[in-house]
Amino acid sequence: MASALFFYVFAVLAVASGAMVILTKNPVHAVLFLILAFFNAAGLFVLLSAEFLAMLLVIVYVGAVSVLFLFVVMMLDVDFAELKAGFIKNAGIGAVVGGIVLAEILAFVGYRGLTAASSLNVASPVPAAGSGITNTQALGEILYTKYVYFFEGASMILFVAMIGAIVLTLKHRVAVKRQSIAAQVARGPKTGLEVIKVPSGGYVIPPAGKHPEAAE
Amino acid sequence: MTIGLGHYLVVAACLFTLGIFGIFLNRKNVIVILLSIELMLLAVNINLVAFSHFNGDLVGQVFALFVLTVAAAESAIGLAIMVVYFRNRGSIAVEDINMMKG
Repeated sequence: MASALFFYVFAVLAVASGAMVILTKNPVHAVLFLILAFFNAAGLFVLLSAEFLAMLLVIVYVGAVSVLFLFVVMMLDVDFAELKAGFIKNAGIGAVVGGIVLAEILAFVGYRGLTAASSLNVASPVPAAGSGITNTQALGEILYTKYVYFFEGASMILFVAMIGAIVLTLKHRVAVKRQSIAAQVARGPKTGLEVIKVPSGGYVIPPAGKHPEAAE
Repeated sequence: MTIGLGHYLVVAACLFTLGIFGIFLNRKNVIVILLSIELMLLAVNINLVAFSHFNGDLVGQVFALFVLTVAAAESAIGLAIMVVYFRNRGSIAVEDINMMKG
């Protein structure tokens, strides 16, 4: 009975905060409501005895992705009131499309009466309640053996995302002087020293591009 | 009353629909569009975990893990593109992104 109560609390709060994400005027509030939605979804995951994924959701989304969103929202100086124009105009078509999708999904769930398929051939069964194996251990036992290539693929995706974000946002400033180690190492007596004959009473401007520091 | 698979599917359907509705509602604001995509991916994850629980199969949770990975990578790249776009144009309005229309 208590789990039913918790389910309804988490579900109602998740859907309500999801609605607030798209309805609120201020994007900072939208991100905060997204954090609330993810937190309640993590509660639903705990009710589904997927504790590892619940904690992962809290750590990755509440801890990292939402902070990234907040950082970008606060960094970009955008007039958000102007972006809200056409809010009402688009609401009609959005309600039509969203309503059709929701009605279709609900009708399908109601029609099929989706229940647990106990006769299914289960590939990796969930450990029994009394077996003493935690959800995290069971997940690790198949993730690092059976699905290790997919695990490596996921790490490659994260790696590419990291490199991509760095490449996209790294700005090479022209005015800043940088140390060029290759030029310094390659510098020898031939290139570092130059004897210039200065005529008496005159002056000489050394040709540009001779000095490695000046070339930057 | 007991909470069955259908209850979780209804919650996920509501969240997914809110994501779709959000994309239509905030067509000019890239940040809210990205937030809506995150909502839709969360709904998919709830579906996967619910089926995993009620079918007694752990593979659904592994799949949800990969969806989580891809969602994190997607939001990182999306925000990076948005920062670069703002740096170039001084705005993040979606209707300004039409340079490749020809």
